[in-house]
Amino acid sequence: MSAPITQHSAVAHGTPITISHLTKRFGALTALDDVSLSIDGNEFISIVGRSGCGKSTLLSIIAGLDGATEGQVDVGGEEVYAPGRDRGVVFQNATLLPWMTAQENVEFALKPSGMSRRERADTAREYLALVGLTGFEGHYASQLSGGMQQRVALARSFSYQPRILLLDEPFGALDALTRRTMQRLLTEIWEKHRLTVVLITHDVEEAVYTSDRVVVMSARPGRIRAEVPIELERPRDPHVIDSPEFRDYATEVLDLIHEGTV
Amino acid sequence: MTITQSVADRPPVERAAVRRAWRPFGPSRSISRRSYLTIAACSFVVLVAVWSLVSALGLTDELFLPSPLSIVERLVEQAQNGQLWDDMGTSVYRVLCGYLLAVVVALPIGMLAGVSAKVEAATEPIVDFVRYMPVVAFVPLTILWVGIGDPQKFLIIWMGTYFQLVLMVSDAVRQVPRSYIDLGATLGMPYRSVLRQIVLPASLPRVWDALRISLGWAWTWLVVAELVAASTGMGYRIMQAQRYFASDLIIAYVLVLGLLGLVFDQLMRAAGRRMFRYQRMGARA
Repeated sequence: MSAPITQHSAVAHGTPITISHLTKRFGALTALDDVSLSIDGNEFISIVGRSGCGKSTLLSIIAGLDGATEGQVDVGGEEVYAPGRDRGVVFQNATLLPWMTAQENVEFALKPSGMSRRERADTAREYLALVGLTGFEGHYASQLSGGMQQRVALARSFSYQPRILLLDEPFGALDALTRRTMQRLLTEIWEKHRLTVVLITHDVEEAVYTSDRVVVMSARPGRIRAEVPIELERPRDPHVIDSPEFRDYATEVLDLIHEGTV
Repeated sequence: MTITQSVADRPPVERAAVRRAWRPFGPSRSISRRSYLTIAACSFVVLVAVWSLVSALGLTDELFLPSPLSIVERLVEQAQNGQLWDDMGTSVYRVLCGYLLAVVVALPIGMLAGVSAKVEAATEPIVDFVRYMPVVAFVPLTILWVGIGDPQKFLIIWMGTYFQLVLMVSDAVRQVPRSYIDLGATLGMPYRSVLRQIVLPASLPRVWDALRISLGWAWTWLVVAELVAASTGMGYRIMQAQRYFASDLIIAYVLVLGLLGLVFDQLMRAAGRRMFRYQRMGARA
């Protein structure tokens, strides 16, 4: 295991993930077929592929919300059987509890951590500030835009310092401009608060911009088709998306997705 | 992007005009609260006016349809001699007792049936079956069981609301989004805490609606029970009035019953709006 996390440390320690020969069947349908993948501690990887390639299923299995038919997932050397606080999940819809304010939603995630009431309040405020929501602590989900709700969800996931962050198409429901902002925000926070990230997305530019490595999956049955290491400079400059290297990566990933399909 | 923007930039007045021209009726039409209330009040006035006219012209026998005025007179008389308040007190007490007994039992069972397939299998088929047995048909049996006092009224109201409530509550619990439960699990919360801290509060607005709707039914069952066998209460007074051909008293009491139901419903609504304010806070507050 990695070194213990001190409260609010600038550099947290992400745990590695090892996925070995993972197969998942739903009746006659094979969603995942013999998927093996190693993710380093503190690595940011994206999994891209067409809809129905099993990428969300893969994420649920890593999260422990779903079981594998064959094979296994190890997190920090231990096999995953159930969800746990070492793996934070950000869902496609922000999943804020509507009867709580933004502040209370973040504090809710901190409850099992054994912090005092005061520490919880301070930590929640700190992480809401990190995602640019100072002044919105008292707002309910119904008062926040989709992008702001997803910011609260990000703050909530970072606040209790899991070793791994699993993001299931977190920005898929947002408009194009907000999505760009959120991608930058996520990258920025990750560059400061390192941990292992698995991002599921169908947005190729999002994958290339945020990740150290992009994993391309093929559909029916879901298999890993290729892995593309992204060697763009960190911290990532938002303007890198206009550079020829970025375009080359994006084209390469896109071609890999389309390979073998009509 | 530009298309959406150009639509949004159009002056709102013009958009409203276009919509009105194209869709004079339909679900999207809306009027101000003020005009709504005015129209509603007018329709009541028209109804009472027509009724008064019919009585004044002697088109109907006073015995079958008394004039609105004689009903008001009868109501005032009943209020002054205290009988109205006694009858109302008895009936309200019976409704609340029978209904609360149903709620107290239905809430835990409905909630458990909503989260556990085993509890659901054990309870819902029975509940579903009993639900279709007419409660009215149980009135004679309940009299044999517990007599004609208050407990029989409680029992009828309980039977009329409990079974419906169980189903509505378990349904409310089942409507809680799966992702809320997943969230609790990924936060490392034990299942019990997920139920208590996430599922319960998340289902509350729907549960409250179920409670409000079934309180309305409780009034119906109360009157059914009181009409058949009682020596006090509003239903009993209506039965007595029939014996003496006092149709003005019958109509007066029916109106009061309607009013009582309405008042309770509005109280529940107001409480719900207050408790679940978070649902419709709008964009800015």
